[in-house]
Amino acid sequence: MGDVEIKKSYEEINQKIREGRAVVVTAEEMPEIVKKEGVDGAFKKVDVVTTGTFSAMCSSGAFINIGHTKPRIKASKIWLNNVEAYGGIAAVDCYIGATQVQDDDPLNRVHPGKFKYGGGHVIEDLIAGKRVRLTASGYGTDCYPLKEHEAMITINDLRNAIMFNPRNAYQNYNCAVNCSRKTIYTYMGILKPDMANATYSTSGQLSPLLNDPFYWTIGTGTRIFLCGAAGSVVWHGTQHAPDCKRGANGIPCEGAGTLAVMGDMKQMDPRYVRGASFTGYGCSIMIGIGIPIPIINEDMAYFTGQSDRDLPCQVYDYGNETPYGIGKPLGEVTYAELKTGKIELMGKTIDASPLSSYPMAKKIALELKEWIMKGFTIGVPQTPLPTVPYKKGTAG
Amino acid sequence: MNSKNVLLIFNKKIMYKPLIYRLARDFDVVFNVLEAKILPKLEGRLILELRGTEESINGSIEYLVREGVTVETLVNRIVRDDERCINCGACTSVCRVDALSIDRATMEVKFDHEKCVACGLCKIACPVGAMSGASIDLD
Repeated sequence: MGDVEIKKSYEEINQKIREGRAVVVTAEEMPEIVKKEGVDGAFKKVDVVTTGTFSAMCSSGAFINIGHTKPRIKASKIWLNNVEAYGGIAAVDCYIGATQVQDDDPLNRVHPGKFKYGGGHVIEDLIAGKRVRLTASGYGTDCYPLKEHEAMITINDLRNAIMFNPRNAYQNYNCAVNCSRKTIYTYMGILKPDMANATYSTSGQLSPLLNDPFYWTIGTGTRIFLCGAAGSVVWHGTQHAPDCKRGANGIPCEGAGTLAVMGDMKQMDPRYVRGASFTGYGCSIMIGIGIPIPIINEDMAYFTGQSDRDLPCQVYDYGNETPYGIGKPLGEVTYAELKTGKIELMGKTIDASPLSSYPMAKKIALELKEWIMKGFTIGVPQTPLPTVPYKKGTAG
Repeated sequence: MNSKNVLLIFNKKIMYKPLIYRLARDFDVVFNVLEAKILPKLEGRLILELRGTEESINGSIEYLVREGVTVETLVNRIVRDDERCINCGACTSVCRVDALSIDRATMEVKFDHEKCVACGLCKIACPVGAMSGASIDLD
């Protein structure tokens, strides 16, 4: 980020936002503006481009402080609606992970399992204000004598409920097909044999990190829309891989950057979060994220001006290859092709369906646009995310 | 032209009796076999799309009932919770009759109840539990 030229400063953009003069558009609207006015014109005209995504995002969860009981308990084991939260943090702190299932879940004993309720559902229920059964046990100490505790609680009874997601908002992701001879049940949904269908899970042109491919404007401290509340980027996400293959436009051709994000669950809106059950795979959570991209120079106008037809996606075989960590992409398609519902692959026309909600992604980008027009300023990134140099116009 | 999807259950007494051809001959109904399953010596199950005037469709159903066929209408057996649905599109990959499909202009998921054959696959595919109701195969 150090050598990136800032031609329109954060201060200038934020001043415009505060005065209600900022020009804010969504990443769906930006390609048209760039087409009409050119990259230079779009840079001069637009201050902020808003993005959005709404999809299953494993590697999500929440830090919860249940508050001290009377007498006190050192809760080394904690369950919420029979879903275990990791309690080895402190007396009444725990972390509930989105993919944790209920203790008595039959899993895949009868395949494919249903995985009806897990950590993601607990998080959704808490945000929705529903009552949740809290169970805790400790071994008893002189300072924490209580050994068992049980209560029906809502989010209001919790001292803190802070969403902390170690890996969200994947910058690009695979399209999945199944070349095997049997139906498979995956985190990419149900895949029928012999490449009978394809699934993908990115909001394409609206996707946050596809609009800032080198993370010039996103870093620790970037203020974001997280499940309806104002949250923050807190670090690069786990598996963040900026050195992936990139196209001539600099945009990653495959899964690349990721974000660790955080926000206060007490401020969140249940419309933008869903506990999720993937048949045969397990529990997860669907998260809504929107990130504002300040247009600090012409290159940022160029990147945000890319549309679905400029964004590539690799197709992988989840039947025989990907689960075993082998194999190469079977082909490359664009998000524009995927969004038609049909792709051409190896001489075959295949039905393609999304797992990521484009209508919700759009709603989030529009809502974030509203926020900014009402004074939500851009967070200046403090610690940049690891990145690679941008070599204009060279394939990567 | 009206259209209606029906599930016909033939018990073992009538399962080998030729009845369906009369829908076309006597009632001028166009039938389209969407699914057929025969459990030998037990029962036969047939999902048909019936197309014709309202009168001819109703007449043909009455005829089948008279002959001892159990007729179940499939529309509205599977319902969607529109508040819970987030329009991701996962269900559209398994829906074999395109009752669930994506409006390409908005990318929203449309649910055409008339086309539904209540197979229940959408209930398995939906990650957020928005689809419910008794399916004919799984419940």
